[in-house]
Amino acid sequence: MRTIILKSASSYLLPVLLLFSVFILLRGHYLPGGGFVGGLVAAIAFVLDAFSNGLDKTKGILKFHPGFFMPVGLMIAFLSGISPMLLAGLPLMTGIWADNPIPVIGAIGSPLFFDIGVYLVVIGASLTIIFTISESV
Amino acid sequence: MLGAVLLGFLFSLFLVFAGSYFRGKLAVLSSLIPLSLFVYFLTFIPEISSGEVIYESYEWIPSFGVNLSFTLDGLALLFALMITGVGSLVFLYTSAYLKDHKYLDRFYGYLSLFMAAMLGLVLSDNLMSLFIFWELTSISSFYLIGFNNDKADSRKSALVALGITGIGGLLLLGGAVLLGDVVGTYRISEMLSMRDAITDSSNYLLILLLIFGAAFTKSAQFPFHFWLPGAMKAPTPVSTYLHSATMVKAGVYLLFRMTPVLNGGDIWHTVLIVVGAITMIYSAVHIIFRTDLKGILAYSTISALGILVFLIGIGTQAALIAAAVFIVVHALYKASLFLITGIIDHETGTRDVTQLAGLRKVLLPVAIAGFIAALISGGVPPTLGFVGKDLIYESTLHFKNNAVLLTIIAISTNVLLFYAGFVAGVKPFMGKLPKKFEKLHLPSPLMWVPPLIMTIAGLVFGLFPSLIETTFAKPIAMTQAIAFEDFHLKLWHGFNTILGLSAITLVLGVVLYFTLKPSHALENKIAKLDFIAPEVLLLKLSEGFAVFSKYWTNFFQTGYLRHYISIVVAFLILLLGYLIFSDFSLETDFSTLADLTIYEISILLMLLMGVLYTVFTKSRLAAVAALGVVGLSFSLLFLFYSAPDLAMTQFSVDTLTVILFVLVLYKLPKYLNFSNKWLRMKHGVLSVSFGVLITLLILRVLKEPKNTEISEFYAENAYKLAHGKNVVNVILVDFRGIDTMIEISVLIVAALGVFGLLKLRLKTRDKK
Repeated sequence: MRTIILKSASSYLLPVLLLFSVFILLRGHYLPGGGFVGGLVAAIAFVLDAFSNGLDKTKGILKFHPGFFMPVGLMIAFLSGISPMLLAGLPLMTGIWADNPIPVIGAIGSPLFFDIGVYLVVIGASLTIIFTISESV
Repeated sequence: MLGAVLLGFLFSLFLVFAGSYFRGKLAVLSSLIPLSLFVYFLTFIPEISSGEVIYESYEWIPSFGVNLSFTLDGLALLFALMITGVGSLVFLYTSAYLKDHKYLDRFYGYLSLFMAAMLGLVLSDNLMSLFIFWELTSISSFYLIGFNNDKADSRKSALVALGITGIGGLLLLGGAVLLGDVVGTYRISEMLSMRDAITDSSNYLLILLLIFGAAFTKSAQFPFHFWLPGAMKAPTPVSTYLHSATMVKAGVYLLFRMTPVLNGGDIWHTVLIVVGAITMIYSAVHIIFRTDLKGILAYSTISALGILVFLIGIGTQAALIAAAVFIVVHALYKASLFLITGIIDHETGTRDVTQLAGLRKVLLPVAIAGFIAALISGGVPPTLGFVGKDLIYESTLHFKNNAVLLTIIAISTNVLLFYAGFVAGVKPFMGKLPKKFEKLHLPSPLMWVPPLIMTIAGLVFGLFPSLIETTFAKPIAMTQAIAFEDFHLKLWHGFNTILGLSAITLVLGVVLYFTLKPSHALENKIAKLDFIAPEVLLLKLSEGFAVFSKYWTNFFQTGYLRHYISIVVAFLILLLGYLIFSDFSLETDFSTLADLTIYEISILLMLLMGVLYTVFTKSRLAAVAALGVVGLSFSLLFLFYSAPDLAMTQFSVDTLTVILFVLVLYKLPKYLNFSNKWLRMKHGVLSVSFGVLITLLILRVLKEPKNTEISEFYAENAYKLAHGKNVVNVILVDFRGIDTMIEISVLIVAALGVFGLLKLRLKTRDKK
């Protein structure tokens, strides 16, 4: 699907969509959004790019196989889950929060990192599935 | 004691890393492990013989009452010494027997794993830890039987043994759980005082059945005995150690342990006596028809196990002491005979008793050991075997009913065992040495010293039975919680009936040995009856099960996604249909529902059109696009019912799904008809009826009272407890974070599955 319009649009859309996905990820705690949707949006951004510019180019942008997002994300989620046990001696998955929110990002706490983990896993899993299938057919 | 149990496990773990050093000359050092344990347990003899019982307990899963509690009493000490003592000799023997075998380290690993498990089993005071160690012995036995894993029948025997003993393990677990349920503890020492509560409970029969099942499968009682001759495929040290001296006695041990807990009268006695008697005579008769030395020994082992079960069934003081002494006797002579068979096999390359003769000229020390072992096995004075046999006759003679019948069975078995001992221990060494064996020479002392040590021990214990009496017999009698009178083990009881019976046994045994020659003709005769053997029947049963499972699986696992979905949906339709129509009245008051808005109507129209277009279009891409319309309409619907999070996710997921479909379908050939009219009709009927049923179900659910407690809790506490205002997200990442954690793990597994399936297929295609 090499159309000029899609091609020129997607080169602008990729960074915008990625930024948007981070935005959705971060606002999730107060407003509709979150790691899962954010991850899906980011995955769509890459898939759109692959559609217009070809899979190889998108892989070039990524530099590594998207599958590597999965263990990293899982690790972040897991560490955020056990962080209350290690840092504060609280039970597994208790939310711990920094006292003062940071501008732009908002409140920082272990659930935020958990959500980031979910975000990365969703990107990794969807891209792995889609890339693998499109390479195989 | 924990350290003693763990030592074997640690050593086998150590071998995983350092195994290569233990394949060569250092292999013999492995025997230091059982030897040091043997010495360690020897130091307990003074305490145990003075009547003490040593307890040790470590918490493991206290909330379930599962703890690592160990107890060392007479019974446990006897078994522990047997395990480590025979173990040391077997470890020594193996270093020469499997010299330079490429997997020698692995063999030692399994062997010490087994030793540790067996020690744990006999020392456990907790039924649950006993069960775990019990299973570990089955597993290590599986590895050891299948040690020659390049031979198909080795692998098969290993599987059969694992299957039979595994069923036993399951029965033991069931029995242990029921027993724990009745008395409220898994500690055996605490159960001792609750025998009446157990025997009066309604589950008593079931418990008895389960425990019997466990003991009979492990100790190869009829009709589960057949795994033991099969297990003889293992290298001889394994047959010696596991399948004659220790592991197969685990069932006997369990019965011994449970006697004071479960012995509730006639049923206990009857079952054990009958099963034991059948086993001992059935397999003793089988000995006549065998020519393979290991086969002979296997059947005589089963017979001996039958005697033990039989004696425990009789359950009088004399019988229990007889059983305890017989355990020692049997371990000593049977282990020696196995080791001797191993030497013969190792040197001559055959175990066929009709081929072997005159070996005393080349293997003199082995011949001496064999001769003494045969004497012990035959119960010839002054060996310990004589003492053991006397005790057996004493207990059968004084049993309250059928004493004559039981004594006759015992005598016949003993005559046949006498024959077995002499065929295995004496016959290969007598007569004229065949030419082909003339060049044989004596193997390493590591191989012939162990059987010699054991047989000499049997001789010494026979001459001085008081050694056994104070160390084992009396402490064991104490564990049985029966009122027992003082007794003394003696070699010479004076002239009485028992001596007469012993003399009859010896005479008949000698006559049998000299008149009956093992031959292949006899072996073939019994082979004709194989079709009614329990082994064949049970194996046929398991084959039938395999065939049935294959049909069952093939019926459901067709490999077509549409079949799977059809089956799942059809099953749900049946289930829901039954549920709804068996108790259904459509009393929905439609007036209470909110009115339809114009938005809802238009979305519904869009949905309907999308669905119809998907179903009836000829183009695949159009169908996918229409399916996308359906999905997006749903996300609009979520939006109208104020679920923005769901709507967003549905929107993204649908986008990705459509992309995925397009990717795949785009490359498919255009005009290929995968389905016919009839199939489409079938799927249509299924889908429509499923939809109708779900609608009815939802209408039915509306009648149920609403429970808003949970959603109110989340709405109230989202900000208070989790600092978040978006309840959905807070639930996902905080309240039910572990669920999410597992979900993303599942997601990863799915992605890896897709990756593996497609990439692996590509690779094999590349090869072509």
